[in-house]
Amino acid sequence: MKTILIKNGRVIDPGSNLDRIADILIVDGVVKEIKKNIVKKPSYEAIDARKKIVTPGFIDMHTHLREPGREDEETILTGTKAACKGGFTSVVCMANTDPPIDDVGIVRLIFRCAEEAGFAKVYPVGAVSKGLKGEELAEIGDLYRAGIVAVSDDGMPVTNSEIMRRALEYTNMFDIPVISHCEDRFLCERGVMNEGYTSTRLGLEGIPSVSEVIMVARNIILAEYTKGRVHIAHVSTAESVNLIRDAKKRKVKVTAETAPHYFTLTDELVESFDTNLRVNPPLRSKEDLSAIVEGLKDGTIDVIATDHAPHTKAEKEVEFDAAPTGMIGLEIALGLILTQLIEKSHLTLPKAISKITLNPSSILKIKGGIIKLGEMADITIFDPEFEWECNPNEFESKSKNTPFKGWKMKGRVEYVIVSGRIVLKDGKIIV
Amino acid sequence: MRKKLHRKDLLGLEDISAEEIELILNTAVSLKEISERPIKKVPTLRGKTIVNLFLEPSTRTSSSFDLAAKRLSADTVTVSSSSSSILKGETLLDTARNLEAMRIDAAVVRHSSAGAAHFLAQRLKASVINAGDGSHEHPTQGLLDMLTIREKLKRLENINVLIVGDIAHSRVARSNIFGLKKMGANVSICAPPTFIPYYIERLGVKIFYNLNEALPHADVINVLRIQLERQGKELFPSIREYKELYRITKDRLQLAKSDVLIMHPGPINRGVELDPDVADGISSVILEQVTNGLAIRMAILYLLITHK
Repeated sequence: MKTILIKNGRVIDPGSNLDRIADILIVDGVVKEIKKNIVKKPSYEAIDARKKIVTPGFIDMHTHLREPGREDEETILTGTKAACKGGFTSVVCMANTDPPIDDVGIVRLIFRCAEEAGFAKVYPVGAVSKGLKGEELAEIGDLYRAGIVAVSDDGMPVTNSEIMRRALEYTNMFDIPVISHCEDRFLCERGVMNEGYTSTRLGLEGIPSVSEVIMVARNIILAEYTKGRVHIAHVSTAESVNLIRDAKKRKVKVTAETAPHYFTLTDELVESFDTNLRVNPPLRSKEDLSAIVEGLKDGTIDVIATDHAPHTKAEKEVEFDAAPTGMIGLEIALGLILTQLIEKSHLTLPKAISKITLNPSSILKIKGGIIKLGEMADITIFDPEFEWECNPNEFESKSKNTPFKGWKMKGRVEYVIVSGRIVLKDGKIIV
Repeated sequence: MRKKLHRKDLLGLEDISAEEIELILNTAVSLKEISERPIKKVPTLRGKTIVNLFLEPSTRTSSSFDLAAKRLSADTVTVSSSSSSILKGETLLDTARNLEAMRIDAAVVRHSSAGAAHFLAQRLKASVINAGDGSHEHPTQGLLDMLTIREKLKRLENINVLIVGDIAHSRVARSNIFGLKKMGANVSICAPPTFIPYYIERLGVKIFYNLNEALPHADVINVLRIQLERQGKELFPSIREYKELYRITKDRLQLAKSDVLIMHPGPINRGVELDPDVADGISSVILEQVTNGLAIRMAILYLLITHK
């Protein structure tokens, strides 16, 4: 394996409290040295990282890779390529595949496909319940031994409080979180967008914010009672942020994530009836958006995760209420973090980076998320000033369902190193 | 006064100006007379093709649009959900593309999804006229209601219009509110809270829960059809209770002004939201609405197609 020398980059590694110009030497895939002025030898593959930012490889703790079952939307190969294009060296894939990840066979299949693909590392999430039906627990112990890093019925909220309670208790012995998609299904049964002034104007059925808040509250109460670990997925409402903030003060084992679209877009945009804006949870109000940003600032929201949800053009080119929910996010997450959070001075770069590196790795107890001597090198290098326009046709992802087409973005990922191997060079995937 | 509608489509009354509404109403007034002639036809739209795409059941709106087109000498085709390829799984997109390939001049669309007319308008070169999209808008209904009120009361400004019924799921209510507010009318709504969507007051309407309190102010009462399939779910307990609380009866009308107008977009559930003796009584202008509907649709087709 070639020795790699990254020269003169601004190394930002929140996990080792590092933010300075330095060189990094990677030998045999392992981080050997981090210091100034490492002398370049002719045999090294040198990367000029001047004016670039060097960070631990990003970790997306909420991705839908769609394989097995919906390979027309995304595969592990295309999804992990898209991940690398966006700077992610690890993705955590959700259990709602078909068949779902409620069986060790599926876990093994995913690991094998990811290894064959050779791009980002894939960490599967196991199902909470068999068949994601919310009726009886999946064989979580078996799944854990096969390599899952969390359990979740994402997409299908666990309605039965008894099942949720037992999942929180049972996972305690493995110290893995239950990732909860918080939604009261009775309160949002027919809804297709946030309930508010815009849904009233458009005559579209609303999904009230309280449908999320009620489940966030229930899950916090159950986590507190069972001492289990709950991770609240894709937080979208102000009141959820408040509940999580208060719970953290009481030392409840709760962590939380939001997705870039919840700190960027609001429900008013739905008046275009663009089905790419149909997501679950739905885009909320301006007030919710501000509260999400506050939550990111004060640490209530630990993680930024994409909730990358690929859908084909055919599925999305229909009436608004007939379209499936979700948008893709792997290849625009950094652009939105830089333009919406850094440029607007909501977060510092180290703090933002911690939410896609250190924090997800600590919550899931996975390797990476830090640049550490002697550890395998998962490293991302990006140019924070590079300006580009979002063109979904250039995406590596198989699906193009994004409402950000034509948006001006900042920050291009230049290099991605996975386990010491360069998989993205000058912004291009190396085949 | 302006003479032209500078737009390709009519999708709703929310994004249309008072001046445009005025133009449509005035055009309808001048076209109304055609339907009174022994030979009810003018050659204005000869050689033009209009498709009526009715993907949700409709009698009056569909036949009204069809007659309107025929009185202007346009050729029409009516495609209904039961006869169309939508049943075979064809998407709205493909239906639209096929129609476009037949070089139509306008498509009139009725669909159960909000935004369906916008979807077509973004993809067709032909004019798209929204004949009702889900609970969103039904602009020609709003226009014909305004024409009827203006005809009877000679103005729209400062008229008090009361809309009674399931506001949340009514495209008629939305188009009436958007249109009437633009023309300077005062709009109140009356329904149980489960029928009133949040933030509706931001559209400038006054909310009543008690019908008896709402009636005395009204110059016009627009009674919405109650959707029987919603009863007993969660929005209201029973038809019986709804009738007790909100049915417009002769007795209740004693509380209203003596010259109040009673309107209904049809089809009426007789004895549910409206008693027969009120529907057929002296205050009712329900059949005038139908006559005006034809004139409004003639005006829309004329303005959109000839001025392209």
